[in-house]
This record gives sequence, structure tokens and C-alpha cells, in this order.
Amino acid sequence: MSNQETQSVVLVGVGGQGILLSSEIVAQTAMKAGYDVKTNEVHGMAQRGGSVIAQIRYGRRVYSPLVAKGTARVLCALERIEALRYADYLAPGGLVVVNSQVITPVTVSMGAAEYPDDAERMLREQFENLVYFDAAQKAIELGNIRAANVVLLGVLSTGLDLPVETWREAIAGCVKPAYQELNLKAFEEGRNAAA
Amino acid sequence: MKTLLSGNEAIARGAYEAGVTVAAGYPGTPSTEILESAVQYKDVIYCEWSPNEKVAFEMAAAAACAGARSIVTMKHVGLNVAADPLMTLSYIGVEGGMVICVADDPGMHSSQNEQDTRNYARFAKIPVFEPADSQEAKDFVKIGIAVSETYKTPVILRSTTRISHSRSIVEFADRQENTRSIGLEKNPPRFVPIPIWGRVMRKKVEERLGRLGEAAAASPANRIEWKDRALGLVTSGIAYQYAREVWPEASILKLGFTYPFPDRLIREFEEGAKKILVIEELDDILEQHIKAMGIECVGREYVPGIGELSVPVLQKSRARLEGREESGIPAPKYLDRLPARPPVLCPGCPHRGIFSALGKHDVVVTGDIGCYSLGTFKPLDRMDIILCMGGGISMAHGLDKAGEKKKVVGIVGDSTFFHSGITGLLNIVYNKGCSTIIVVDNRTTAMTGHQEHPGTGMTLMGEETTAVSIEEIGKACGIERVHTLDPYNVQETQRIIKQELDSDTPSLIVSRAVCPLRARRKVGPIRRIDAERCRACGACLKLGCPAIDGSQKKPTINEYLCYGCGLCEQICPFHAITHTEETAR
Repeated sequence: MSNQETQSVVLVGVGGQGILLSSEIVAQTAMKAGYDVKTNEVHGMAQRGGSVIAQIRYGRRVYSPLVAKGTARVLCALERIEALRYADYLAPGGLVVVNSQVITPVTVSMGAAEYPDDAERMLREQFENLVYFDAAQKAIELGNIRAANVVLLGVLSTGLDLPVETWREAIAGCVKPAYQELNLKAFEEGRNAAA
Repeated sequence: MKTLLSGNEAIARGAYEAGVTVAAGYPGTPSTEILESAVQYKDVIYCEWSPNEKVAFEMAAAAACAGARSIVTMKHVGLNVAADPLMTLSYIGVEGGMVICVADDPGMHSSQNEQDTRNYARFAKIPVFEPADSQEAKDFVKIGIAVSETYKTPVILRSTTRISHSRSIVEFADRQENTRSIGLEKNPPRFVPIPIWGRVMRKKVEERLGRLGEAAAASPANRIEWKDRALGLVTSGIAYQYAREVWPEASILKLGFTYPFPDRLIREFEEGAKKILVIEELDDILEQHIKAMGIECVGREYVPGIGELSVPVLQKSRARLEGREESGIPAPKYLDRLPARPPVLCPGCPHRGIFSALGKHDVVVTGDIGCYSLGTFKPLDRMDIILCMGGGISMAHGLDKAGEKKKVVGIVGDSTFFHSGITGLLNIVYNKGCSTIIVVDNRTTAMTGHQEHPGTGMTLMGEETTAVSIEEIGKACGIERVHTLDPYNVQETQRIIKQELDSDTPSLIVSRAVCPLRARRKVGPIRRIDAERCRACGACLKLGCPAIDGSQKKPTINEYLCYGCGLCEQICPFHAITHTEETAR
């Protein structure tokens, strides 16, 4: 273990986007790397298409499973404006990974609210350390849109000090054998996108 | 072996290691995954979803009276349903250990109220354990079983959302089998609380409480962490984790066995610490007791009792305690430009057909607890009052008898109907009511993540069983007007609802279509909007379907989100919504 201080990671998105698998992979990686780990996820009411957050903390000894605002070393959004919604979780200078996907909230569909058409500008203005790209497109190029989240994890991994081999091991352990190769490729793709 | 487990999974593992052989419960966030995880041990633990918490409690109680080790699981409001057997099981006591696993929901993430289950422990005069992480969640089930057997009392394990749904590292141990022979001892004075024996039990409960207080003071679930003695924190459950982060230098009395109060330990802590701050989530139970012991302490004036605690909340408490201003983190810059993203009925949800049809009538709708609670939100906006499980049926009757001028419709889910809707239905017939009751039967307990119930024909253990008919129960209750409809068929749904609203006698409408998330398949072919025919009238947008995007001049359907339910196609007045016969994605 190289770092004694507790590290915090925040994943945000929309219920149904598969945030739990991403959270599991981050947590397993940290545990396999020898750290104490705590995570928190949203279940129940909030899953029905609502805005969701998963939190992972690791370090020598982790107390609270919740990430305090202003302390996340990485903020990863599976949907673009969710990064803006949870921006206050990010520590100064932290890495922000954003999937450019748009999921229209029902409030917008109903005409009761507007989806900001300048979201990309807001993201670029607000986050100095931003990786913004279409993860779904990258996943489709790899042959399966469902690997989009792991592409994002590849980028996310560059913002943490966990060994690459441990990430690979955790991914292999968290997905079905038939999808291992796809997801490991997706992870590489993400790391390349970050570079 | 070390594994990353949620608090709920850890409770299930604890039950396994403690030699539990009977586990029952009713689903309720944040408690549901306890039994879903316990069923992996079904070779040695009999597991069931009971129709409601009271039934689950009673079956687990009887198992423990017969010498088996049992757990019963529920969310905080579930314990209200099971409060009747709880209060008297305290008198009768148990032979085999019994742990009542209750998950509170501070902050109301998925609940209609905030309740502090520790009040029930004091009310029923039984022990309560409060784990602070998954390892303790597992360990405290085992300690709980041991205390339960030693003192012949049921015990409560109080979890909270952040314990149940947080994951942390747990070390496994082997299972300790229960060596008792199972069978209810023939001993009425021991098991029958009629007044003559009940009065004897009543005294024993008080004696037991005194002995349990001593046990709590000596329990490994309670400990003092001496550090700087200028400030001593008294805390329990998840609040300990936040407190330790905010006050890394302070001494802490960390309580896991919180009732009966470990007075000896509290005195020892008080003698060593200059100032005492009590940090507890929800009610000020420890604080009031410590004050009643004549010990000076502070708590509620610095630590809020509404909502959940967190590190930032306690940072504010600390700042106030030290006479500082805590600035906090400013809100995200663009927050006011972001559209809200509330939870909604899923694309293809069969409930949407019912709410859409009810939108044609000026009626009052008494609702209930389930996914269909989401029918409250605009644009569906078709639910006017919600109280508790089963309340949708009884409240419809109450409004009718009170003289409500509008027609009243009661809505209840299938699992909720079996939980506590049947008695309300019976009451409508018996007391000559006229309500229209709709059971939105999606063949599962959907909101909590698709659990089986008496209507589904499957048990928690994965065995086929009798699928109880809601219609037949309605008829048996004496309802003469019983109808079954397909909520995806707009015409039929509207016709039956209108016909039953016009009737002066009570009716039961069973709206039956399986939850597409449960079935893991789309309902039909995906729909498209023909922009040339569309007049942008907005009729389809009134469905509140997440797949229909109305943010542009003319609405469009997101083909990845569409579940092919076809409601929009049927309600479009200009026939602009069509489908091809291609297979649903």
C-alpha cells in the first residue's frame, strides 16, 4: 500500500445504467490491492430512472462509507449533466470522467424543464481535469454497447493509484467469462482515451 | 476468508454462522436483501417471504419458542405491522435464539416516514444491537442469538440504510449448529400469557431487563476508545463512523448493545471524560437516558435529529460546539440550470395504463405503497393520498362514508393486497361501502426488486406453489363485481373503469400485466412517431413515459428506451404513432 490517506471515488448516472457493476469493480480492485474498502449504493425508489450515486472509499482504515463533498479524487458520470449535478463532490483538481450520453429526464420530456444544450461548455468550464467522450460509441466499436461503463472505468483508473494488473483481475472476476475479453479490451480502450 | 459484503448480506451470513434454521420476512427497502441473501443457505436455513411482517414475525417467533434459531426481517414501518406479536413475545420469551432484523431509513430514501426502532426495544423491553459496519452486522447477529438464548428474550438488530446498503470487508467463520432438539415444550404457564400467567411473566420481564443491563455493560459489542479526554463522544451504529472521522482525537464510548442501557460503562466513561457529546441518528434516546442518570451531557442542541447524519453534518456540529462558523462546500455552479431527474414509472410499466385511464375522471384516488406511488407525479398526477401498506383500500371506504363528493378509487398493488389489503376489502363489503378498488397486479413485489408473493406461484426457495387468485379472494370477501383487465388495452381499461365508477356497489378491478423488468422482455414492438402526421397536441406526453421525448417541437420516441407497450399509439388522436412488426429489441 502506497497511500495512507483515504481515497474517495464517486460514480453518478441514471437508474438502470449499470452503476452497481462499475462500483463493484472499483471496490474489488481496491480490496485486491490490500486496502480497507467501503462503498455505498442507492436501492429502491431512487432506481426507477432517477438520478443515482455510488460511492467508494479506500485506504488504510476507512470509517464513513459516504464521500464528503469536496473530497472525491475522481468523479465519473455515466450521463453528462449528472457530472454537473454532483460537481460539489469533487476535490480540487480531481479527475472528472464524463460519458457524453444524454438521457432526457421526464421533466424535460414533459416540457417542464430544459436540458441545457451547452452542457459540454459548462463541463469544460467547470472541470479543469476533464475527460469527456462518447463511451457508448467506443463500446459499439468494440462490439457491445454494454461495455461502455468499463471504457469509462479505464479512464477513471488513471486518476487512482491502483495497479493496472489489479484492475484487470477485478474486471475478470466481476463479469461473466464470456464477456471477459470484451471488458478487458474496453478497459484498455478507456486507458488509451485518457492518455 | 475476507469478502466485501453489504450490511444486509452480512446479516444473512451472521444468521448462517449462528446456526439459524428459520428465516422469514416481508420485503422493504432497505431490509430486503437480508432474506434474498439468506436463501443462498437454503440447504440449512428455511427461508420464506411471508404475506406481511406480522405473519413473518409470528412464524419466526414460534420457531424460536420450539427451540430453533430464527431471524425475521423487515423495514422500520414493517415493525409497526408486527408490533402486536413483538410486545407479547417479550413476555413469553424464546428457547432458541431469535433476532428481529429491522432496517431504519433515516433521511427517508425509500420510505414514507422516519422511525427510530430503538424506541420499540425500550417499548417491548428487549435488547437492541446497532452495528456500525458489515463485520459488526454479522457479529451482532451471532451475539444477538447468544444473548437471546441466555436470557430467553427476542432481540432486535437495528440496521439503517447506510449499514444495510454499504459494503465493507467481512471475515467469515464456520457455522455453529444449534444442538437443541426441536419441539414446543408442554408448559402452558411458560407459553400462554393469559392474565394469571401473564402477570408472572410481566415481573420476569423487568427482572430480565436489569440482568440485561449488566450484560450490555460487559458485552464485546460495547467498548471505550480512550484518546484525548477533553471530549468524550457517546455514539452507536453508523454515527460512530462519522464521529470518528470528524473527531479523530476524541475519546469515544462506542455502543453496539444499546438497550438496556449499559449504565456501568456510561459511568466509567463519564468519570474519564471532561465533556460528553452524544451523537445518535434520529431520536435522542441515549442522551435522554444519560441525562436521567444525572450526568451532564450535550447532544440534540448540536446534532440534528431529523434526517441522516454524515461527516459534513457532524463537521457543522463540531464547528458550533467550538463556536466557529463552518462554511461548507458551495452548491454546484450550474445546479439551477439542471432539469430535475425524479424517479418515474419505467417505460412499458403497466401501471401507466391505469393512471392514464383514471385521468379521464374527476375522482379521488387513495393510494398505497409501491411503484404505483410514482403515479402521484405529474403528468399522471393520479394519486391523492397515501398512508401505509393496505391503506389504499380502507381509506377509499373512509372517504365514501365521510361523504366525499367525488367518486373514490382505491389503488393497491398485488403484493400489498396480500399484505394487508384483504381485510380492507372485507370491510367494504361488510359495512356496505361502494368503493371501486383497483389491484394493479404486476405479478411481483416490484419496488423492492421483484420478490415473490402468494400470487406468483413461486416461493423464495424457488419452489412452485399454489398461485392464490386475487379475483377469487375478492369474490370470497363478498364482492360481486369483479373484473380483470389488460392495462395495455386502452379501450377496455377505460370502459371497465367508467362502468365501475358508475356503479353503486363495490367493485374489484384486477389490472393484470407482468412487470416488464421482472419478465426481462419488452411488451411489444417499439413505436415511432410519424412527424408528418403529428400535430404536436401533447396527448402522448401526458403518459409521462421516459421513452417519449417532448423537449423539441414535435415529440420523438427513443427506440432504446421504448418497451413497446403501445399505450401512446392507442391514445394518439391523429394516428401518428405506429409500429412495424419487427421483434422488440
